[in-house]
Amino acid sequence: MNNVILRTITAVVVPIIALFSIQLFFAGHYYPGGGFIGGLMAAGAIVLLLIVFDIRTVRKMIPINYQWLIGTGLLFAVGTSAGSLLFNVPFLTHAYRYVHLPLLGKTSLHTAVLFDTGVYLVVVGITLVIIETIGESD
Amino acid sequence: MELVMIIVIGFLFAAATYLMLSKSLLRIIIGTGLLSHGAHLLLLTMGGLKEGAPPLLGEHAERYVDPLPQALILTAIVISFGVTAFFLVLAYRSYQELGTDNMEQMRGKEEDD
Amino acid sequence: MINLLLLPILIPLVTAILLIFFKDRVVWQKALSLVAILFQLAASVLLVRRVYLEGIQTLNIGSWPAPFGITLVSDMLSALLVLTTSIVALACLIYSFYAIGKEREKFYYYSFFQFLLVGVNGAFTTGDIFNLFVFFEVMLMSSYVLLVLGGTKMQLRETIKYTLVNVISSALFVIAVGYLYAVTGTLNMAHLSIRIAELGQSSVLTIIAVLFLIVFGLKGAIFPLYFWLPGSYYAPPTPVLALFGGLLTKVGVYSILRTFTLLFYHDTSYTHALLGWLSMATIVVGVIGAIAYRNLRQIVIYNIIVAVGVITFGISLMSPESLEGSIFYLLQDMVMKSVLFLLVGIVVYVTGTNDLNKFSGLIQSYPLLGWLFFIVALSLAGVPPFSGFIGKLLIVKASLTEGLLFEAIIVLLSSLLVLYSVMKIFMNGFWGEKKGYEPKPIGALYVPVVFLILLSVLYGVGIEFIRPFIVEATSVLVDPMIYIQAVLKE
Repeated sequence: MNNVILRTITAVVVPIIALFSIQLFFAGHYYPGGGFIGGLMAAGAIVLLLIVFDIRTVRKMIPINYQWLIGTGLLFAVGTSAGSLLFNVPFLTHAYRYVHLPLLGKTSLHTAVLFDTGVYLVVVGITLVIIETIGESD
Repeated sequence: MELVMIIVIGFLFAAATYLMLSKSLLRIIIGTGLLSHGAHLLLLTMGGLKEGAPPLLGEHAERYVDPLPQALILTAIVISFGVTAFFLVLAYRSYQELGTDNMEQMRGKEEDD
Repeated sequence: MINLLLLPILIPLVTAILLIFFKDRVVWQKALSLVAILFQLAASVLLVRRVYLEGIQTLNIGSWPAPFGITLVSDMLSALLVLTTSIVALACLIYSFYAIGKEREKFYYYSFFQFLLVGVNGAFTTGDIFNLFVFFEVMLMSSYVLLVLGGTKMQLRETIKYTLVNVISSALFVIAVGYLYAVTGTLNMAHLSIRIAELGQSSVLTIIAVLFLIVFGLKGAIFPLYFWLPGSYYAPPTPVLALFGGLLTKVGVYSILRTFTLLFYHDTSYTHALLGWLSMATIVVGVIGAIAYRNLRQIVIYNIIVAVGVITFGISLMSPESLEGSIFYLLQDMVMKSVLFLLVGIVVYVTGTNDLNKFSGLIQSYPLLGWLFFIVALSLAGVPPFSGFIGKLLIVKASLTEGLLFEAIIVLLSSLLVLYSVMKIFMNGFWGEKKGYEPKPIGALYVPVVFLILLSVLYGVGIEFIRPFIVEATSVLVDPMIYIQAVLKE
């Protein structure tokens, strides 16, 4: 779509959406948010790019194979959960501890975050695979 | 509140049934979407629309909300999201391949492999 | 290793994910899938052994105690079903190596094959009714993809119908779970069993039971919900068909078996009688289809429906004997139906047609194929000492003990007519003058078929050795308290 207003706005808005998606992702630890919704938001940003530019340009901007993105995400999620097998505790058991980090102060480190990272990647991957599959043939 | 929800659910189911009985594949898919929305709302309503504090240890409230239906619905929504997406792509592909989205013309089967 | 019962779910899951990365390297895909299935087989053998020695295995996922978290439960029935799934999957996988074709292999065929196993094994193992729904969906999603993979016109058309039917049944599943949760306030199956026993099976619960019967009946293809099966199963290539025929309907049947023995067993005069009548109708409809068609695939497809009817009839009787018969029959039928589809697949590969009128005299070029088919036909009909015999015997005996003479006669008659329907293939296709085909080498396609037939013959002959396992599986179904105590550890 060759629309100057849309292009200009997209250039400004996409980074903001991307940042917001990351914010949502981390907020999901204690507040509403999380990997699923963050992933959808990030996918939304890329879809906006797809609408404004075309598939080829977006591929050049973000040279990622989305199918591999799904695989990586799933590996993250399953790998994190299967880590519990090494300690002979039930599958999906999570571990956490509180640490003091410079600048951030008291922070909780949680294996659930790794799981959620997987979810995030899978959601981005799947959404874009679907949209590319339909969009490509036009 | 339950009564309102039940009427809404009934309306969703009625609309879904109507859409699914039509011949156009796209309408059918929208119908399945509405059907699963209805089912999710029903799940939420059946879990009880209680008012109360979030089910957290620190809240010290008299009543808590049941968190389980929400978790169930989230799961069900994600699943129906996936299925609907697949269904749409499938419909699109078949439209390209078969040249029709009319269920009437998809009947029968060829006697070959 | 407390996670042992999870391995048959986890191994295919990890494999499926890894296979995504090997999209274009077909050889790697094959090697990885084969290794994974062998591991899965080993894990399920270990699991059966562990369950036999130590009793029911449970695992509280995420360390959340039952009934609050999701519990995986592996009793003898689940373990045996998981084992049989691995065996069937191994055979179908080997067949796929030679028959599925590069085009499908490059579009994640093996990956979805493994995802399907995740769903099937998960459904067999889970002890939580909502989790059952989730695993059903995993299984269904993979089955949609496997069904449509290749994208011929017929596949697209049939997949649309199959998907639509299953989307509706999934919505009904969610609705049924919602109602059940409203009445009982729990989703853990052991806990549900206690709550339902406390409440007494009111009419609301009976309605929920029937709703579940509809949901599982759609998956398991009982009368009158089998209508989608003949069309959908006609479309995909042989290995996929063998996998579906062996596993998918059986998951529905297993779910009926589990819910009707563990949860809704208080008002048998309504729910189980209903199931009994539906089973009878299923058998009759299946037999009519199997006799009427002269199309190889359709004959076998209607044979699935007959078998489902026999098994659910055993469930509806609810006596220890009939349940034992149902389990015997369920396990052997998973193997038999896959092998039958694989055999038919070989025949179609040689002759190039499904139509029985177009070829004959196959036995002159393929004596081994002919006699393998003969053995399968006898097993299907339940001729001793082959594997179908003991299951049917127990079901008929139980039916006579209950005084249900008419039903017993129908089951026996169905055996005879099933034999006729399969012998029809044998007589027309294998005997007679040689026509309608050019001999082609089949070679490796024999491997999975011979493997499965050998196992099924062993299953029939070695019944004394297998019986203790089945008796153990039955005991849990007969007495829900065993299951409940194992899960809730009260």
